[in-house]
Amino acid sequence: MPEAILDVQDLSYSFRTYGGEVQAVRGVSFEVMPGEVVGIVGESGCGKSVTAQCALRLNPEPPGFRRGGRMLYKGEDVFAKGERELRRMRGAEIGFVFQDPMTYLNPTMRVGAQVEEVFAGRPGVSRREARSRADEMLALVGISDVARRREQYPHELSGGMKQRVMIAMALVGRPSLIIADEPTTSLDVTIEAQILELLDDLRRKLGTAIVLITHDLGVIAKMCDRVYVMYGGKVVESGGAEDIFYRTAHPYTAGLLGSVARLETDCDEELKAIEGTPPDLFSPPPGCPFAARCDYAMRVCRESPSPEYRLEGGHRVSCWLRHEYAEPVELPARCAPEAAV
Amino acid sequence: MSVAEREPLLSVSGLSKHFRMSRTEVLKAVDDVSFDVREGETVGLVGESGCGKSTTGRCIVRLHEPTAGAVRFAGEDVYAPAGSRSADRERKRRLCKGMQMVFQNPYSSLNPRMTVKDIVGEGFALVGRLGQKERDERIVELLRTVGLGAEHMSRFPHEFSGGQRQRIGIARALSVDPRFIVCDEPISALDVSIQAQVINMLKRLQAERGLTYLFVAHDLSVVKYISDRVIVMYLGTVVEQAGASELYRSPLHPYTRALFSAIPEADPRVARGRARIPLKGEIPSPVNPRDECRFADRCPIAEPVCRSRRPPLRDMGGGHRVACHLA
Repeated sequence: MPEAILDVQDLSYSFRTYGGEVQAVRGVSFEVMPGEVVGIVGESGCGKSVTAQCALRLNPEPPGFRRGGRMLYKGEDVFAKGERELRRMRGAEIGFVFQDPMTYLNPTMRVGAQVEEVFAGRPGVSRREARSRADEMLALVGISDVARRREQYPHELSGGMKQRVMIAMALVGRPSLIIADEPTTSLDVTIEAQILELLDDLRRKLGTAIVLITHDLGVIAKMCDRVYVMYGGKVVESGGAEDIFYRTAHPYTAGLLGSVARLETDCDEELKAIEGTPPDLFSPPPGCPFAARCDYAMRVCRESPSPEYRLEGGHRVSCWLRHEYAEPVELPARCAPEAAV
Repeated sequence: MSVAEREPLLSVSGLSKHFRMSRTEVLKAVDDVSFDVREGETVGLVGESGCGKSTTGRCIVRLHEPTAGAVRFAGEDVYAPAGSRSADRERKRRLCKGMQMVFQNPYSSLNPRMTVKDIVGEGFALVGRLGQKERDERIVELLRTVGLGAEHMSRFPHEFSGGQRQRIGIARALSVDPRFIVCDEPISALDVSIQAQVINMLKRLQAERGLTYLFVAHDLSVVKYISDRVIVMYLGTVVEQAGASELYRSPLHPYTRALFSAIPEADPRVARGRARIPLKGEIPSPVNPRDECRFADRCPIAEPVCRSRRPPLRDMGGGHRVACHLA
């Protein structure tokens, strides 16, 4: 079995604030294999972005700090690396695509120069080479008329164009891993589809692994090989995309799937909203983070965290309902359509 | 049935809103848009950013003065010259009681310096003088309707989550007991599990109070779920309108088809099995548009006729209308 590119083991990460310690990530484990697309899905505040940003130590430290666990990139712990080594990794080893391109692009620099800047201060790449690689990458992400576009400033480009430039910046150093944090959330559906197809296409061409962080189950369904569902700073369920959608094992995942309106949802049928709000991470509940909103919660759920149960084919779930003494329940599952496999 | 009852609750005809950018440039945000909304129904207004859907909603409730066209609400012309300033003020008062708006961003649409009680109670000035006690009772009742409670009255907006703030915005809209509410992207700033709570609440309120909604949104699945009829806009114009299930079953306009084929469906086999209709390029600028089909540059089936003149909105039967020369 090949070695994982990114191997996260029981990572806990917190922020010190005036109000106390925010335990944003509480014991998260996952891995990313070369060339695969891994989705991390969850709502705001579930810790998905904080976890991903740890890979390049992008969280501000302080107030952020690692409480426990490890995050290995190609076998080395990123928390053991110095600032210099991290700088070298950013862009060259791991590329990052952010949600809002307008805040992450420099408004005072021409876009071509921003893509080239990834090479600034790196040994072995001349200015001319940096320039030609930047142009090549801009063309690859579907920007037409590169010679003109590279001289433009971010405000002259549309939202979709800016996101393409961000992707070009993430890719130009030929990283082995791309972390895309809500890459299409600020875009319209037709542009979103274009960007997702672009990412998928680039993965096929370049063999780059992708971690896709999103709250949108539609994006997950379209793109991901494997999925981790996060809630309240923990991974509650993980598995292949089909496991998550068609053999849903955690009540939170089931709730999330039930609460999105889909095209075939009957208009007379009520959406299954999850009542209540996510847990307060200043003082997270001792048991399952979802217990307070869960229809099936038992006493044990509120008191102690569930162990991780292994189901078939790499599908895992942290839920007490899987315990042999628990009464079996039928989660509202979705049927897999027969056609189009 | 009397004539007044058969007239639609809201009727928008030839509505245009142009913004002058410079001496030679005119941004046509909304250009000759007409539609009706009947009492008790929900009409969805969809399209991508910049298509003019929000501007249309804002023109209806008089947040923007339109450049041309007319809006009639409950038999009254919203923009006709009123004769005198006091008559205009009086009409505005009547309209405010009849139509309200729920805004997209629950963080910027509530005054951070006002308590929930003042925010929700502000509209009571329109209804008439109320005693302190009666006023408080009605505020608590409104808060209960939207799933909040009396304990929230003296709090400020920053103490609430996004979903709760949106509920406060809805309570404020309901305070004057309106017949019609423009919901401008009411859920797009909220988390998925909270979105369903708000959608369910809007549907329940409609059933209880016989409300009429204009639901402006870009999320096509949600619009299909909540709407009776759907209007699709592109670059300031209406390209297609039909009953919700009819439109999704058989879209006629090439833009509508492309839009629907791009919906990210939360189902891996459906999402991966479907072929997307690719669109060339991105939405062009609405500044100084030419007199042709606005979609012609990106349309996969465009023909010379599309560039010769703007296609009118034609009825294809059963209220399904489309603005395409080739449909």
